[in-house]
Amino acid sequence: MLQSRAELLSALRQFFFQRSVMEVDVPVLARSSVTDINIESMPADVYGESGYLQTSPEYFMKRLLSQGAGDIFCLGKAFRDGEQGSRHNPEFSLLEWYRCGWDEHQLMDEIAELISLIFAARSSQPLAITKRTYGDCFSQILGIDPHETDLAELQDKAVAASSKSWAGESRANCLDLLFSLLVEPQLPPGLMFVYDYPACQSALAQLHNNIQGQQVSRRFEVFLNGMELANGYFELTDRVEQQQRFDGDNAQRIKAGHPKVPVDRHLLAALDHGMPSCAGVALGVDRLLMQLEGVDSITQVMPFSWDRC
Amino acid sequence: MANYSTNEFRSGLKLMLDGDPCSILENEFVKPGKGQAFNRVKLRNLKTGRVLEKTFKSGESLEGADVMDMDMQYLYNDGDFWYFMEPESFEQHQATENAVGEALQWLSEQDICVVTLYNGSPLSVVPPNHVELEIVETDPGLRGDTAQGGSKPAKLVTGATVKVPLFLDQGDVIKVDTRTGEYQGRVKDA
Repeated sequence: MLQSRAELLSALRQFFFQRSVMEVDVPVLARSSVTDINIESMPADVYGESGYLQTSPEYFMKRLLSQGAGDIFCLGKAFRDGEQGSRHNPEFSLLEWYRCGWDEHQLMDEIAELISLIFAARSSQPLAITKRTYGDCFSQILGIDPHETDLAELQDKAVAASSKSWAGESRANCLDLLFSLLVEPQLPPGLMFVYDYPACQSALAQLHNNIQGQQVSRRFEVFLNGMELANGYFELTDRVEQQQRFDGDNAQRIKAGHPKVPVDRHLLAALDHGMPSCAGVALGVDRLLMQLEGVDSITQVMPFSWDRC
Repeated sequence: MANYSTNEFRSGLKLMLDGDPCSILENEFVKPGKGQAFNRVKLRNLKTGRVLEKTFKSGESLEGADVMDMDMQYLYNDGDFWYFMEPESFEQHQATENAVGEALQWLSEQDICVVTLYNGSPLSVVPPNHVELEIVETDPGLRGDTAQGGSKPAKLVTGATVKVPLFLDQGDVIKVDTRTGEYQGRVKDA
């Protein structure tokens, strides 16, 4: 397994090196962190100041993009509190990269090339590649449109699929639950791209109107044999909207009883300065290795999982 | 009882769910990258034996169930109840037919069983993994036919019926795996 991991890390770096995407080595420790309502950063004390272990290299990479770094990738560690299970370890390896001047569809094509290449090196079986909108996947299984169905009906469906505790949940959480429980198990084998996510789950992606004229986010997720592997955006570059999303997140956090997270002023300043139009994606390296090795538990691909640290 | 949060869920943990004691069989943590985390939990209702699947939000908690497994010796049955004794304190517990359940067909007096107590009363009984029982009814044995292949039903002294090789006879004592109900071998005359 050690050997297999080493080969994968090397293959990933080589892929980007050949395409003139520069590796950047950014900090994992910072004074601020993400405000996402469902992602908890681990606090760290640094010389009496409070800091956080980073949940992804995203903000540092965006600051570099704003400084004109061009196409960049980062292959390193990320930390998320409260996440442990067969597909989660509190510390994990993340591959994140940004392509300047590209949109999300160009980036999805590059992800397909990367994953196909890595699989081709280990297996003669070609990797099936599928691409569909979130709306199509969702309505095919549940028979309702995820962008237009009202909240009460989504909550009813969520309660029916799980338990009463979903009765008062937000639109985004109900959609996530239904997608995870009912849609994901039906996804086709191979590499699957799901794009045009609901507007309420846009995170740091731009919004646009789809063919039906519905407002959706330019966010996509990548599934490999039904397992969530990567999450990408046509990136939001507008400072004002970014600030609004941060503040909105923190308002939700307070309402839900989660700690408020200080907003990254450096990132906002970088957006002020001007971030180039780009697409970016973060990919779980441990999960990719799980798929390559055909194992069920993330602990099987880590030299030391949290249980043994 | 203490409350247990989803991050303390382990297989074997006993919890109260909708008023019934349950035992966790499997606990799977699920979290979409940007989404709310939840736990898909497989539980066995210890009263009915039924297996159910529930989805809890991560961080939710459930009340622990006052359930305890204890080795006890089976004493006798008086027609209404089955009596078990704690080997150290000699304290006796009476179990209903419902609680004894499937164990009924394997129990001989003095067997050491695992009795699950819920609020102090027997909720279920697991017989020893292997028991040695006498055949009381079966077709006559075919001498010498020890080749593989053939089998016939045999009724045991405790009431269970198991499939046995053709050469066995009434009065023979056999060893049975109670988890599968399968014949394990013939016990040489004690």
